[in-house]
Amino acid sequence: MRPDSTLLRELRAALGPEAVLSSPESCVAFECDALTAHRRTPDLVALPGSTAEVQSALRIAAVHRVPVVARGAGTGLSGGALPVEGGILLVLSRLNRILEVDARRRLARVQPGATNLSISEAAAPHGLFYAPDPSSQVACTIGGNVAENSGGVHCLKYGLTVHNLLELVVATWDGELVTIGSALGEVPGLSLLPLLTGSEGMLGVVVEATVRLVPLPERVDLVMAAFDDVARAADAVGRIVASGIVPAGLEMMDGPALRAAEAFAHCGYPLTATALLLCELDGLDHDVQAELDEVTSLLERCGATSVRVARDAAERSRMWSGRKSAFPAVGRLAPDYYCMDGTIPRRHLATVLARIGEMSREAGLPVANVFHAGDGNLHPLILFDAGRPGELERAERLGADILELCVAVGGTVTGEHGVGVEKLGPMCTQFGPAELEVFHAIKRAFDPEGRLNPGKAVPTLARCADYGAMRVHGGKLPHSHLPRF
Amino acid sequence: MSGHDATAELTDRVREATGRGTALRIAGGDTKRFLGRDVPGEVLGTSGHAGIVSYDPAELVVTARAGTPLREVEAALAARGQRLPFEPPSFGEAATIGGTVACGLAGPARVAFGPLRDHVLGMRVLTGDGRVLRFGGEVMKNVAGYDVARTMAGAFGTLGILLEVSIKVLPCPRSSRTLSLVRDQSEALAELGRLAGRAMPLTASCWTGGALALRFEGTERTLDEVQRRVGGTLLEDGADFWRSVREHTHPFFAARLPLWRLHVPAAAPALPLRGEPVIEWNGLQRWYALDTTTVHDVASAAGGHATLFRRAGPADAVFPRPAEPLMRLHASLKKIFDPAGILNPGRLYPDL
Repeated sequence: MRPDSTLLRELRAALGPEAVLSSPESCVAFECDALTAHRRTPDLVALPGSTAEVQSALRIAAVHRVPVVARGAGTGLSGGALPVEGGILLVLSRLNRILEVDARRRLARVQPGATNLSISEAAAPHGLFYAPDPSSQVACTIGGNVAENSGGVHCLKYGLTVHNLLELVVATWDGELVTIGSALGEVPGLSLLPLLTGSEGMLGVVVEATVRLVPLPERVDLVMAAFDDVARAADAVGRIVASGIVPAGLEMMDGPALRAAEAFAHCGYPLTATALLLCELDGLDHDVQAELDEVTSLLERCGATSVRVARDAAERSRMWSGRKSAFPAVGRLAPDYYCMDGTIPRRHLATVLARIGEMSREAGLPVANVFHAGDGNLHPLILFDAGRPGELERAERLGADILELCVAVGGTVTGEHGVGVEKLGPMCTQFGPAELEVFHAIKRAFDPEGRLNPGKAVPTLARCADYGAMRVHGGKLPHSHLPRF
Repeated sequence: MSGHDATAELTDRVREATGRGTALRIAGGDTKRFLGRDVPGEVLGTSGHAGIVSYDPAELVVTARAGTPLREVEAALAARGQRLPFEPPSFGEAATIGGTVACGLAGPARVAFGPLRDHVLGMRVLTGDGRVLRFGGEVMKNVAGYDVARTMAGAFGTLGILLEVSIKVLPCPRSSRTLSLVRDQSEALAELGRLAGRAMPLTASCWTGGALALRFEGTERTLDEVQRRVGGTLLEDGADFWRSVREHTHPFFAARLPLWRLHVPAAAPALPLRGEPVIEWNGLQRWYALDTTTVHDVASAAGGHATLFRRAGPADAVFPRPAEPLMRLHASLKKIFDPAGILNPGRLYPDL
């Protein structure tokens, strides 16, 4: 669709001609985020260089009644930044400055386009860092992290984005600025900060964030344990957590994932293992030593076939390199892969992994598992070939089945990647019409005309009715043999 | 597990009150009635809706009905070596877990583990028009749907009657030690500033009566080393001291004057107010017993705000008022969850 010429002229006047793209050749670079199965070339891309320009763009959009989709670095995994027809794609990557690091108050004030890693780099000279570390941290922006409530491998101990945010300055749909939360961490009245965090650009556009910094740990240790049985590895995860230790990270890979990672990164993983655990401990020297002793003996008692502690920082980063490159490594096994993001209560790890294995065989599509075991956040990677007719649809169906399984055992369809356009269907499994109606009402409270990222994150009731009709097989809900709780 | 599910009775009561347009004053153990503005209307007691629904130490999550006594939850956790990380005050034996979450108060450990809402994973709520809704869940990571559960925490029941809450818990420390340092107010604030820049296992701080008490947690060897670095004298009855600060049984809180809670930037110097405060949370939370309303101006000049925590009689303004654009959002949210405006009307603000 050709953008309206008045709209284009007004945006160019407000932001400068070079900050507004409208030709398909230049707009196509923004056609998708990291969920590449969904693409649409935006009609108009605006790249504001200041808060005032963000406000101007929103005001112009409001006057012309066109939708606005905010975008950071486009590393999102659920299509949250997918352009919408006739809309403006508001790209915030130019607003990338670290405005302030206050070591005494342990906080940093940053613009939305600042990368996640750049905050930790700015804090490092003060002995501090920004804890949430999604695997895309080199590229992903804090604005995007707020929109998705991003996690990472250290959530179990340090929390998600919502636990590390103090204050947001948000531009509303009509270009006004409101301050949500407080650098103090305590606000009078209702706490709106959690409502904005993870709202996927539906309620406002973040123009500034104040985040909490934490001291760099005095000592870090990494333990790697191999198992010849997934259930035993899953049991070890529960026992470590129940023992009174909160690891900084507790990650698991199954056989296919660890072999792919080893072939890719040559990180020393035992190729014969069926499951591999990586357990990172951090804190003060003596505390870490005590925990390390306990974890290693616990892993041995749980039947680990080998337990190794990284000797130094170099070995630690080599051990991590396999885990951190597991997605691209698995990606080499097939032309395409589809990454899921369900979270389940830890006690169901072994049964859910076994069931995913059965479902994978039934669907005829291999699945590799690499995930945040400590907080029960699964990332099954479904391998397929989009070039073969019908295979993408089969992969999506298997993915939806897996997410429904997660909900059936008391979990959620998304732990850290967000709903976006991808999980609108599975959302209907997790929430009933009454809750969905509340979500739509919240959206209207912040954005009465529905201009911000319309159609994402919360399915319409009509869509759920269609989805329900599609998903109920022979009058039975999927997994009807499973107890629901 | 055990207890009684009174969802049906509570829903009937609420629907009936909606029909009559009768305001409801929600009460768990009614131990925090003093906090907030007076609420007219009938009492809706939640203490009959009680019982721990699920608790598995390996999950680090406890789910309990709102009327479950706070001490029952704490005892169940303690029996498995775990605790509520935010160390909530109870202000009375009858305090319930629902009231605790609704009031959103955290105790001394907030300085290390964050505010109460950070630990809320999910809840079931009863709206002002009798809908029973479920938000969040029992898992640590969950970004499906807007985070309504954490917004309900600290809303003082104005958005809904909490029916069931799921809370993230943490293991108890291996050991704990409280050190006391003789410091005047400015010295204490400077000391806390120095500590803030270091990786120290500090889980509580309180300056009162010319002494700065610091609580550290970890292994004995770590605590030995901390004590060598920090100095001061060991406070033998540390647990009792922190309980007295948390529950306001410390002699400071016995004053018959209005009690003010100020939240100011931790690094703010001593405030120009009469008398000596109790300073917690590394300088962020400061208590004053004072009969003056200049407190609001002093707090906002320092970049913070003041709450009239305990008052002598009825008061119109207890909580500081958010900026007008935010108040409009408050009103919109209230309409969504309590269209008839019958749940704790006026508890936070006259118009909410």
